Amino acid sequence: MLKKEYLLSLKIEIPYGLINKVLKMKNKLTCNYEDQYIRNILDKTKNIAMIGLSSSWQRPSYFVAKYLLDRGYKVFPVNPKEAGKKILNQKVYSSILEINEKIDMVDIFRKSSDIDILTNDILKIKPSTIWLQIGVINCKIDTLAKKNKINVVMDRCPKIEYSRLSGELGWAGINSGTFYNKRRIIRSIMK
Amino acid sequence: MTVPKNNHKFETRTIHAGAAPDPTTGARNTPIYQTTAYTFDSTEHAASLFNLQNFGFIYSRLGNPTVSVLEERMANLENGRAAVACSTGHSAQLLALHPLMEPGDRIIASQNLYGGSITQFSHAFKKFGWHVDFVDATNVKNISKIINPKHKCIFVESLSNPTGIILDIEKISLIANKAKIPLIVDNTMASPYLFKPFDWGADIITHSLTKFVGGHGNSMGGIVIESGMFDWFQSNKYPSMTMPTESYHGLIFAETFGDFGYSMKIRADSLRDLGSTLSPTNAFYFINGLETLHLRMERHCINALKISKFLEKNKKVSWVSYAGLENNKYNKLAKKLMNKGVGPVFTFGLKDGYEAGKKLISKVKIFSHVANVGDTRSLILHPASTTHNQLSDTQKIKAGAGPDVIRVSIGLEHYQDLIQDLKNALSDV
Repeated sequence: MLKKEYLLSLKIEIPYGLINKVLKMKNKLTCNYEDQYIRNILDKTKNIAMIGLSSSWQRPSYFVAKYLLDRGYKVFPVNPKEAGKKILNQKVYSSILEINEKIDMVDIFRKSSDIDILTNDILKIKPSTIWLQIGVINCKIDTLAKKNKINVVMDRCPKIEYSRLSGELGWAGINSGTFYNKRRIIRSIMK
Repeated sequence: MTVPKNNHKFETRTIHAGAAPDPTTGARNTPIYQTTAYTFDSTEHAASLFNLQNFGFIYSRLGNPTVSVLEERMANLENGRAAVACSTGHSAQLLALHPLMEPGDRIIASQNLYGGSITQFSHAFKKFGWHVDFVDATNVKNISKIINPKHKCIFVESLSNPTGIILDIEKISLIANKAKIPLIVDNTMASPYLFKPFDWGADIITHSLTKFVGGHGNSMGGIVIESGMFDWFQSNKYPSMTMPTESYHGLIFAETFGDFGYSMKIRADSLRDLGSTLSPTNAFYFINGLETLHLRMERHCINALKISKFLEKNKKVSWVSYAGLENNKYNKLAKKLMNKGVGPVFTFGLKDGYEAGKKLISKVKIFSHVANVGDTRSLILHPASTTHNQLSDTQKIKAGAGPDVIRVSIGLEHYQDLIQDLKNALSDV
């Protein structure tokens, strides 16, 4: 992905307005998803394997898993370092191939460069969706998944997308970019 | 992740962004949630709210459903990522700086800030060990000349009060970018209708909502908005953002909350501890105000141009400083940055100086003599003896508030009545 820092490092006086325009265009090409596309994925998904889920509660992945569990999704932590233990009361697997249930979505908390090693295993279990977290973009998995008719979402977070589309994100003053003229029912499954 | 694309035009967003019919009652307008606390579903739910793991309301010091509609709407209108509202514009400036500054740190600020800001920066902030270097930012080289690693941010006004000076935010943002520090722009006087600092490279915006956002001179409020584009990890200058926060069991805000980490830090830490919360009733007035922002700003600018042209030709007026006038030295920059207009606040001087100015203020019948701007009513003021009174004489002149300066904020009355009012009063001067 084109970075602002790279453009600035060129040491030519590029007007900032132009930099932003270039960045926006570039992002539009790689990670532009219609709200309806994301909504369908979140609506049809039930079981989510989370690769790289941390057991420490301050970590972003832990926040996401906790939120998704609260929203009624089943979360399958995948983390070789924590295999056999439990995170958020869910059994941790060392590989996604060990999970016996049908996985609808694989959500990956790993660097863009780590994705290549995981690609084969992920394609083997044929999930409906492969989801890469914010800042994670890998064109190879994007192309391969699309060939296999698997949905791909990159550079996004399912927690932020869920809360954005359900209206909760705005509660923290965050710009959701969405309008509603009807009453929204927020699906909440608190035990 | 980037700021969500805005599919709608600005005018549509002023009315709809951030709001939705009430989920329980279907109430179409945003209700005033006049409540201090919110029920928890369970102790588990309470814990995840306190740990910031879930979105939701705990206590109105930290967030309120009416206030959050305003916050999202302002973030949307400024093409930003997230916002935190607070009790006043002054408070917004304190909250904006709080996560960035440590004792001993420095700020570069424009010398043409609003007088109240200059006092806040040079006296109140000094007590925290925050030091300010004021510069004439109309020449951006003055910023590059003094910038050093102790500077944690650059703070300027897009359109300055009362001088109407326009700064080249684009050029200043390049300097801030190279120094890896955020550019904070007070966009109060322009409002997002006339100017959007994020589109020109700013990283953080502050507003006094009291002015054009409210627009009717009825409520006090402020807001901090973040672009979501600033990379906190590019240096080790901002430990509050990039190091574990003790009061949240070691949470790293810039990591966990990514492009809205700064807003979360302000809300969960600065607003929680400094306590300058916006009341839901005031938020309601601002939400209503925003719905006509585009109409009001357009008319404010039309009226201001007519009145500045009238004053320019009046024999008792020695000078008019309004960037909307062709001969003004900021007119060229105004056309580049603010092509819809430069707002209705400007200054002028009378040939007979201070005494004549005092007389004019006492003679007008429609213009009100008050210390405010951005009202539906036309306002007139002598800054040197009021808003800029606490400044030294040199500071006053530097801030464009010398003894002969009269400031007006042109309202939404018919311009012919306003011209007649000034004409009558000037004839007595």
